[in-house]
Amino acid sequence: MKQLLVFIRKEFYHVFRDRRTLLILFGLPVVQIILFGYALTSEVKNLNIAVVDYSKDIATQKITGKIQASEYFHMQPAIMGYDAMNKAFKEAKIKCAVVFPQNFYGDLLHTNKSQVQIIADASDPNTAKTLVNYLTAIINQYQQELNANNTTPFQIKTEMRMLYNPEMNGSMNFVPGVIALIFMIVCTTLTSVSVVKEKELGTMEILLVSPFKPVMVLVAKAFPYLILSLVNFILILLLSVFLLDMPIRGNLLLLFAESTLFIITCLSLGLMISNITTSQQTAMLFSMMGMMLPTLLFTGFIFPLENMPVPLQVISHVVPARWYYIIVKSVMLKGLGFASVWKETLILSGMTVFLLFMSLKKFKIRLA
Amino acid sequence: MKELSTINNKQSTSPAIICKELTKQFGNFIAVNKISFEVATGEIFGFLGANGAGKTTAMRMLCGLSFPSSGEATVAGFNVYKQQEKIKKNIGYMSQKFSLYENLTVKENIRFYGGVYGLSDKQLKEKTEELINKLGMQDQLNKMVGELPLGWKQKLSFSVAIIHEPKIVFLDEPTGGVDPVTRRQFWDLIYDAAARGITVFVTTHYMDEAEYCNRISIMVDGKVEALDSPANLKHRFNATSMDEVFYQLARGAKRSAD
Repeated sequence: MKQLLVFIRKEFYHVFRDRRTLLILFGLPVVQIILFGYALTSEVKNLNIAVVDYSKDIATQKITGKIQASEYFHMQPAIMGYDAMNKAFKEAKIKCAVVFPQNFYGDLLHTNKSQVQIIADASDPNTAKTLVNYLTAIINQYQQELNANNTTPFQIKTEMRMLYNPEMNGSMNFVPGVIALIFMIVCTTLTSVSVVKEKELGTMEILLVSPFKPVMVLVAKAFPYLILSLVNFILILLLSVFLLDMPIRGNLLLLFAESTLFIITCLSLGLMISNITTSQQTAMLFSMMGMMLPTLLFTGFIFPLENMPVPLQVISHVVPARWYYIIVKSVMLKGLGFASVWKETLILSGMTVFLLFMSLKKFKIRLA
Repeated sequence: MKELSTINNKQSTSPAIICKELTKQFGNFIAVNKISFEVATGEIFGFLGANGAGKTTAMRMLCGLSFPSSGEATVAGFNVYKQQEKIKKNIGYMSQKFSLYENLTVKENIRFYGGVYGLSDKQLKEKTEELINKLGMQDQLNKMVGELPLGWKQKLSFSVAIIHEPKIVFLDEPTGGVDPVTRRQFWDLIYDAAARGITVFVTTHYMDEAEYCNRISIMVDGKVEALDSPANLKHRFNATSMDEVFYQLARGAKRSAD
């Protein structure tokens, strides 16, 4: 036990004295979170909009005027009617549309209620969401103006339709994906490189000649990264909450437990890579490229899995990040408990045990 | 100074290493072919051979890093097949590659390797002090090892390899790339260890170093072709230096690369 502690302390020295490691460990997550969640949710300005007005009364003209005056939208006046609007969407001439039904103002006056439909091209979910928020705000503002000199409040009900991406996979859903991506890259790269480095330097040989158990070498190698990754996780959560206004709706403890599991998955993957590579460069390439692409493609946070060809969907099942992504999304965004993610947790645990077993076994074989 | 201590030990205790027809085969390639020898306790045993002769493979088997294909061997009285763990506790090892951590300080390296061998805090403290005084490195204690000159690194490396007072220390070409003066100092450390009863098993390419050994074996193509004291070998091969002896033997080698 004391030997293990000595070893772990040494690993921490290595981490804290190597700028490159620290940069990957703490620089990468910050950059990724900002890139994916923040910079990519760019400010929306002068986007093409169509107003399909079947009512043409004071109210609709007032709202249309407000939309026109807004710096966010650029009105396409030529579009009349539903069919023309649909065509414009398909040709990508407009990003969103507002549809007023017949008798909009009349309904408002007589029943105090009226409906308006907002349609957005959600193939770019971030933009779509921002657009819808702006439009809703404009309509709400008009509603308040009306109500200001009226005793019975008017209600304008906005109905939203997201074209092409009804689930609105957007910036909120990016964050769980980015978390998965970060762990995948950081944990696998750093563990594999740190083990291979000892092989390259020749210190591994010395360690194997020593009475220190080979399995313990791997434990000692992985342990600091487990701790540091958890610290990293806190950092990512803080960034998400304070920079990207992400909610954490579920149980924080569950979120940590699941993340610990996934970190161990990634660490075992890193150990596995260290078994099959002999130079730091190969290990780094393997971990970065080999892990980044499948995680980006098959986790479902950038490209919806449902739209993929079946063979690719099947492949996506062996990507650990896919399951972790579902777990984080459920716990963090939807606020669900363990009861709804136990299946994913089980799959992830199975993968972890398998990877850990394989890497330990391979490590022993290499000794003989 | 070397002869006395070793001869005394030789008679009193059982051999440190016994090899009987030890063989390692990789597929059709026989890296080590039925080598047999004994190394006495406290002896400095030179293990010579050209590149690719099978030295490192043989050494790895004795260190418990790889299993022999056939043959028998005991190291410090323990069987290389069944008691690898016990062997590991009783040997020290210094590899060709420099094996200290460059981004740890001298002190941290000593504490790490001492800790890995299970030394207590008290022992570690004593050992660190003793080692530092012997090497005259008081001022370098908190320096990163990467900043030290190569000669000092090697000496430190050797001292760390025997920090747990092993029965046998295996040195795989320990003085590669080191200047003659430092090499001489390095050998002083080896004699010092041997005088304390540590058996030294060393491979080298430098023939002047071969002369420093009590006995040497010369491997050619996986076999031990000669084994005796340097003086006897020179006499037998009618040579004036070990260089000549080695050349006569290695000339017939068929293997070249490592």
